[in-house]
Amino acid sequence: MTYAAISSPSTPRRVPAGRLAVYAVVLAIGLALAFAPFLFPDVRAQEVAARICIFIVLVASYDLLIGYTGIVSFAHTMFFGLGAYGTAIALKAMGPSFTAILVGGGAGLVATLVLALLIGLLSLRVKAIFFAMVTLAAASVMLVLASQLSDYTGGEDGITYQIPRAFAPAFKLFEDGDGKVARLFGVPLNGRIAAYYFVFLTSLALFLFMLRVVASPLGSVLKAIRENEMRAEAIGYKVVAYRTAVFCLAALIAALAGILRAVWLKYAGPDVVLSFHIMIDILLMVVIGGMGTMVGAVIGVVVMTLAQFYLKDLMQIGADATAGVPVVHQLLEPDRWLLWLGVIFILLVYFFPAGIAGTLMNKEWRR
Amino acid sequence: MGSLDRIGGVYLLPVILALIAFVFIGQPSSWATLTVAGLSMGMMIFLMASGLSLIFGLMDVLNFGHSAFVSFGAFIAATVLAALGGWLVADSAFLNIAALFAAIGAATAFGAVAGWAFERVIVKPVYKDHLRQILITMGALIVAEQLILAIWGGVPIQVQRPAILTGSIILGDVSIEIYRVFAFLLGLAVYVGLYLVLNRTRLGLLIRAGVENREMVEALGFRIDRLFVGVFMAGSALAAMGGSMWAGYQGLITPAIGGELMILVFIVVIIGGLGSIQGSLLGAILVGLMANYVAFLAPKLSLASNMLLMMAILLWRPYGLKPAAKG
Repeated sequence: MTYAAISSPSTPRRVPAGRLAVYAVVLAIGLALAFAPFLFPDVRAQEVAARICIFIVLVASYDLLIGYTGIVSFAHTMFFGLGAYGTAIALKAMGPSFTAILVGGGAGLVATLVLALLIGLLSLRVKAIFFAMVTLAAASVMLVLASQLSDYTGGEDGITYQIPRAFAPAFKLFEDGDGKVARLFGVPLNGRIAAYYFVFLTSLALFLFMLRVVASPLGSVLKAIRENEMRAEAIGYKVVAYRTAVFCLAALIAALAGILRAVWLKYAGPDVVLSFHIMIDILLMVVIGGMGTMVGAVIGVVVMTLAQFYLKDLMQIGADATAGVPVVHQLLEPDRWLLWLGVIFILLVYFFPAGIAGTLMNKEWRR
Repeated sequence: MGSLDRIGGVYLLPVILALIAFVFIGQPSSWATLTVAGLSMGMMIFLMASGLSLIFGLMDVLNFGHSAFVSFGAFIAATVLAALGGWLVADSAFLNIAALFAAIGAATAFGAVAGWAFERVIVKPVYKDHLRQILITMGALIVAEQLILAIWGGVPIQVQRPAILTGSIILGDVSIEIYRVFAFLLGLAVYVGLYLVLNRTRLGLLIRAGVENREMVEALGFRIDRLFVGVFMAGSALAAMGGSMWAGYQGLITPAIGGELMILVFIVVIIGGLGSIQGSLLGAILVGLMANYVAFLAPKLSLASNMLLMMAILLWRPYGLKPAAKG
């Protein structure tokens, strides 16, 4: 398998330089996210930072499946969407309160668990490829259901709702002497900051939890199943049980990420939480970052998110430069950025199946 | 089960489904119309599914980019039909049919050539590595969809039907669209053709032997890689043919056409069992009938009903109804 290179400890006398570099980059990203409201005070950058936090959780949970256990599922956005829609529907119906988030999120989590168990027990005992097809079919049905049951989900338009007052921009987290909102480094400490830190800290906790999971004996069993299913079964691990368990775990974490997304966005609709484009994004992020390395998720999300902004700019330049040439011009239009990302993705799978983090982490000191 | 198997076994399922639907629908005329619609839809889906299933059976490759061939087939057929617009409205049945066959032929030929390129460039380097296969064919699907957007744009395209195939036949109070009959007959012809090739020719013997045991065929001195390319080309060509038929059936196509159909195709292949032509036919007919009956009885549940059908069949037969020998 191609993974052998990633997972086998090469008994290093020194820590490989690449590994240090990867950890340094991830630490820098983590610090940047931790202080994002103060480093990048404008609203748009904050949106990007929150999106990165949530997607790190989502992508890392997907990595549990694809990278650590070797399960290919296309239903990950389905669970993400269940969490988000559950929260959204409850907030809409019960009004903006934390109880609504708890009830709705809880309902989303229960639905996620039931569905994941059902899919897992039904189809994880057969071939990986079969499972991929079943999840793809399930996810598309869920997408159609979300747009058709418009009485509950708002159809294609989605749902907009209020979030608890503590997270609203008008809420004063701290007041100064005059009763105005207190400022720290010129940034008003309002409810938006509270919401950001709610998202950030929950994401951080979930990410650390997943790091703990892959370092635990459970993580080792998962890797064993990935490398050789028969052998794992022969040693006495019930492969189907472990696979179903990790599928449920990853689904629950994805649903939690969905709750965060719903709370942050004040909106839930097929395009932002359920569509197949998000699934493709997740897939690209995991592979670009590096499958089977939790830190790869962090790198993948950041690279992809930045690419989504800057690749478009770059292509606009290219499109302007080739305005007269018929075919090339169309291929370089900013809307076609996914085309080039797809090409990059294919090349990555060919030549660097370990992704950015996986490839770098095996680089030794130059001799 | 013994006596059931003698009179058809799992092949009775579509009949049972049709009978149950008859009870619920109640009106014989609507039921007949829906049944014809279901059969013709099933046949078009069969065209797409059989290629996917065959490729999987022989090569152990599941091509997630298969739907790209469907989309390309649909768009190429639409373009050819638009270019031959004069022939379509002409009063001569010969010109009508010639235009239609030119469109289907162009789509099929493109499918075969693109299939060859796809196999050589995309699939060949990742044989026997399922994870990378799924990823890479998925990447190819993204690229192909974007190419369609770049070439034909995102707006829906109107597809013209030949004059001779528009309208319906009225039998008593049952009206049957002519195009559906045509789609059904074409699908049936392809099935019979595939069946004869697989069961009556030397080539078919080799393919079936390859499905059964690839190493053995290689050991006997046959160039299995040529067989692979051939089957891949045939499968892709069938997908493109199915896409072109579907374009004429729908009348309006968008770049999302492949993705939408792919779900049905996957359900068909899962129900029928991977790797078998008979299974694909059975699954396609079941799905086609189910989709039409439920769309009539409870429109909102149409797609979900096929999902439930798949779940039920997976519970009963985890490998599908008629899997190839390999399982």
